[in-house]
Amino acid sequence: MPNANPPAIRFVDVKRFFGDVHAVDGVSLDIQDGEFFTMLGPSGSGKTTCLRLIAGFERPNAGQILLHGQDVSNLPPYERDVNTVFQDYALFPHMTVGDNIAYGLMIRKVAAEERRQRVEAMLEMVRLPGIANRKPSQLSGGQRQRVALARALINQPRVLLLDEPLGALDLKLRQQMQIELKTIQKRVGITFIFVTHDQEEALTMSDRIAVFNQGKIEQIGTPAEVYEHPATAFVAGFVGVSNLIQGEAARKITGSEAVFSIRPEKIHLAEPETPVPANSFGADGRIREVIYLGINTRYVVELDGGGELMVIQQNLNATSMDVLAARGQRVRLVWDCSHIRALGSAEAGKN
Amino acid sequence: MLRRISTALYLRSWLLLLILLGPPLIWMTVIYLGSLFTLLINSFFHLDEFTGQVVRGFTLQNYFDLFAPANLDIFGRTAGMAAAVTLADTLIAFPLAYYMARFASQRVKSTLYLLVMIPLWSSYLVRVYAWRLILAKEGILSWLFEHLGLGFVLDGLLSLPAIGGPSLAISAIGMFLVFCYVWLPYMILPIQTALERVPRSLLEASADLGARPGYTFRRVILPLAFPGVVAGSIFTFSLTLGDFIIPASMGNSSYFIGQAVISIQGTSGNIPLAAAFTVGPIVIMIVYLLLAKRLGAFDAL
Repeated sequence: MPNANPPAIRFVDVKRFFGDVHAVDGVSLDIQDGEFFTMLGPSGSGKTTCLRLIAGFERPNAGQILLHGQDVSNLPPYERDVNTVFQDYALFPHMTVGDNIAYGLMIRKVAAEERRQRVEAMLEMVRLPGIANRKPSQLSGGQRQRVALARALINQPRVLLLDEPLGALDLKLRQQMQIELKTIQKRVGITFIFVTHDQEEALTMSDRIAVFNQGKIEQIGTPAEVYEHPATAFVAGFVGVSNLIQGEAARKITGSEAVFSIRPEKIHLAEPETPVPANSFGADGRIREVIYLGINTRYVVELDGGGELMVIQQNLNATSMDVLAARGQRVRLVWDCSHIRALGSAEAGKN
Repeated sequence: MLRRISTALYLRSWLLLLILLGPPLIWMTVIYLGSLFTLLINSFFHLDEFTGQVVRGFTLQNYFDLFAPANLDIFGRTAGMAAAVTLADTLIAFPLAYYMARFASQRVKSTLYLLVMIPLWSSYLVRVYAWRLILAKEGILSWLFEHLGLGFVLDGLLSLPAIGGPSLAISAIGMFLVFCYVWLPYMILPIQTALERVPRSLLEASADLGARPGYTFRRVILPLAFPGVVAGSIFTFSLTLGDFIIPASMGNSSYFIGQAVISIQGTSGNIPLAAAFTVGPIVIMIVYLLLAKRLGAFDAL
């Protein structure tokens, strides 16, 4: 039943098993047209399998995958209007950069002159003009990444799939490509589905994020929602720094044994005996570890009531000498009541 | 003491290289290149027709003799057989190599490896004679053809001129079958290695960009496996070119190069002409190898 504006991708209770492993275990989701959608999760959480299901490299054992309202569950990859940027780029080593990018156009029998022009235009867009005659082996990692992007985008797919495409790049290049990808996505206006295990990357680029764990989706939401209002302990732990307090230790602070999470940058580091303001929680402890990171410092504080909390403070006036001297000192942690998130499950994700 | 030797070798790696490579290099140059060089020199001598003695003087007469119609026939027959065997082995080996590289589970793959290699453990002579029994007039193959009521097919094949004969065991067809069989492993393994090196993601990328399996095969798999095919063909082609046992045990009076060399130097004692005859396939192989190198065959070995 195709309605007026079907979502770009719809998963209806999709399952994919490999032997006993439930790689994708009942995933349902809608991805809107033109969205930058990120699938975030640790390795083995099913995010890449979901991407491969959309591309057609895998077929679901159960459930349905709809592409713009059309059921594609049993269509081979070459019948689907999606293109993929592979983790290892998968450039054809025996072809020039130009032939690589024109591959999809060759299959569609686009005339040679038009192919040449469109390849040049694509290389212009990914800011690599004039390299059409080189071989992929002559390019750097970052350049190959852009060629792979150009090769996928030249076909003007309605959905572009990106499988951890920035994983092999160094930090500087990765940050630059994050911004560039987002810019290109806004320009071409097609749906991007991006798979990553890097929560920072997910928060930076996405319109919405789906957090995967053990073949299931834990939460779908905007970056702010996922970060500020984690739905489960796993999300709280995987996105951002894991700061969970539960049981007896939690009761001493909030009066309830329910597990709660608190973001490390929301906590103030105060002198012992500092009065706790109204609508705030306070907890006493001792600084066990200090990690100086330049723009800020991470403190690991052992609470007297049990448990540990990470605290991040900006180095406004402090120098590295000052903060390192804080190790072993007693402190009082203070934070606003509204910043804690009470969570159902006690199972915490690893960061 | 040991430590000082280690340090000395570490700092002067050329010395280590010399110690390791010296003996095999001397062996290669003296024994291998030396004998090839003697062969080349001999091919420029000639035989005194009255005394039967080798005269050590320069002449190109042997090379002119090579171009006699009878000798050209021998070259043509041998090279033709080598080419046919290479082509057939490629066609047989490719699907198997493809299956081993792409689809076989680790278990099945190692079993197949073993099955491909096992024949190489038994003597080549034994295998050739085994095939003679299989192909003989009263052999299992004729028996099978008779009982399937296909005896006339076999008779028809054997009555063909040039490639036929009294039985499969004494015919060019039989020789072709045995050549294909004995050199097949040398074709399977390089193709399998080349295919194994094609990452799965390349095939997925091709399909993702809209290519049907046939297109992916022609534009991605075949070009990337081609160096392996060429590498395998070097084996099948050169081994067939130089072989004399299979033609001798299964052929008729039409000689192959190897047989001609034996008969010229043995029966007629004309070592210079035999040497010139041997230079023929060497030249053919050098040309073939240069071509193969240009096609990138040695990247896949």
